Amino acid sequence: MDRLLELGPEFWAAAGETLYMVALTMLFGGAGGFLLGIGLYATRRGGLLPNSVVNNVLNVVINFFRPIPFIIFIAAVQPLTRAVIGVGIGTDAAIFALSLAAAFAIGRIVEQNLLTVRPGVIEAARSMGAGPLRILGTVVVPEALGPLILGYTFIVIAVIDMSAMAGLIGGGGLGYFAQLYGFRQFEPVVTWAAVLLIVVFVQVVQYVGNWLARRVLRR
Amino acid sequence: MALVTLEHVSKSYPAAGRAAEAVVAVDDVSLEIEAGDVYGIIGYSGAGKSTLVRLVNALEPATSGSIRIDGQEITSLRERELRGIRLGIGMIFQQFELFEAKTVRANVAYPLKVAGWSKADIRARVDELLAFVGLSDKAGARPDQLSGGQKQRVGIARALATRPRILLADEATSALDPETTQEVLALLKRVNEEQGVTIIVITHEMDVIQSIATKVAVMDRGRVIEHGDVFDVFSAPRHPSSQRFVGTVVKGVPSPAELAVLRERHEGRIVTCSFRDGDASQARVFLDLAEAGLEFELVYGGINDIRGRAFGHLTLAVRGDDTAIDRALAAVAQHADVTEVR
Ligand SMILES: Nc1ncnc2c1ncn2[C@@H]1O[C@H](COP(=O)(O)OP(=O)(O)O)[C@@H](O)[C@H]1O
Ligand SMILES: [Mg+2]
Repeated sequence: MDRLLELGPEFWAAAGETLYMVALTMLFGGAGGFLLGIGLYATRRGGLLPNSVVNNVLNVVINFFRPIPFIIFIAAVQPLTRAVIGVGIGTDAAIFALSLAAAFAIGRIVEQNLLTVRPGVIEAARSMGAGPLRILGTVVVPEALGPLILGYTFIVIAVIDMSAMAGLIGGGGLGYFAQLYGFRQFEPVVTWAAVLLIVVFVQVVQYVGNWLARRVLRR
Repeated sequence: MALVTLEHVSKSYPAAGRAAEAVVAVDDVSLEIEAGDVYGIIGYSGAGKSTLVRLVNALEPATSGSIRIDGQEITSLRERELRGIRLGIGMIFQQFELFEAKTVRANVAYPLKVAGWSKADIRARVDELLAFVGLSDKAGARPDQLSGGQKQRVGIARALATRPRILLADEATSALDPETTQEVLALLKRVNEEQGVTIIVITHEMDVIQSIATKVAVMDRGRVIEHGDVFDVFSAPRHPSSQRFVGTVVKGVPSPAELAVLRERHEGRIVTCSFRDGDASQARVFLDLAEAGLEFELVYGGINDIRGRAFGHLTLAVRGDDTAIDRALAAVAQHADVTEVR
């Protein structure tokens, strides 16, 4: 316990790093995944902008990257990280790897949630003379908003989980903190403090997600 | 010139699997729909009715044939040009297909936004439409707060928003109970009579045709097997499939089971006389039989009224000398269709 109090500043700094990584990952990965999901949805056969070439490419890319465990992905993607961010380690490098991995996962989740929109309402919009892009923006996404919010909530929690591995490339965060000061120094109290805070983060995210989705669905 | 003209229109869907055959959903259909018509299209499920109307507003491209809306050939238009055509054709659906995430007002406003109306014009037009369908107090409601009949009224308001000349109704009342069906049909009738909108009504329910259609086409396996004035098709359906449909709503035609009972219960020969338009021919039937000195009784029958024109079927048991009966029936056949059923 004393050790935990001693580590107070490091603990809060790590918590801040986790929040920072998750927030930026959701910003970049969230936006990228959204576009991926829209692309997957729109270009599928019978979709609003059917294009089998684009659809196949997107599917192959996602199916290739998604099953890679993040702890391997973060290392494997390092050359690309270095090319884009300039460095291969640190918080920003971790955010890049996290965003990439999150985007692939979010792409699938967005696609699946958009597919819940009944074809009939899309047909109705078409019958009113609306074009495909307008239908995507003003019918498909709004109609799927409730499930989309729940899907994103799920991903935020997955990203919190993945961010614990950022320490591998010097990204910091609560996972690294627990590893360094708790596990390696035989201080279970320190480990559990980090675990507890992560649990609190997850609970808050889930609560807010549920609340938003309920508001959108008005049920 | 007809408002909607179909000439030798076919639509086939490619085979789903290697072993499967292509589905010919619409097969060489030619129809003319005049401005002001309420044109019914009836047929069993899978007959190709939905596909046919979806060709009219080009939600699907035709495989072959010509489709003209107000003289304009639409089969050669590009997608972007078709969007303009669709603004002039409203459509309502069996499952209503309202935007659940939008209010009633936003649903009705949607096609106006697509058409590029100004905010103020949209507001005024939506108010007018909601008043027309009797839902002014529901403007702020969400579709999931409405009953089925109310949803379809929103669907109608939305479909009419841009003042289309044509309204397509695909099984628009099939998800509604009988009472609500009548309400919605009455509303469609007003749309046709007060606003002059030409309506194409698709249904598998003959009473929908009977309530509002002026013309009807019967579809079977992708083909139009019979079409014409509702009165003509109802009073003298030629094709067996049309006869089955007509039989579900027309009064006075005994079913095979009922015929069996009649045969058992009554002696003599049993004939059905079908006549149309007015009571004179009905009176002649009785007169001819009486003049021949035959004993007869009315065992089954009914008179139908379609837009003020009557037709009916009377089934009679006739007893007496066979040659006298033959002679009398020949006379009756001058002014009614006679079918001997025993
Ligand atoms: N998109 C489609 N792809 C393949 N077959 C279709 C498609 N739409 C309709 N069909 C087929 O075309 C036929 C007519 O269908 P439809 O027009 O929906 O009939 P109805 O509205 O009279 O019930 C059916 O055999 C149906 O399976
Ligand atoms: Mg149908």
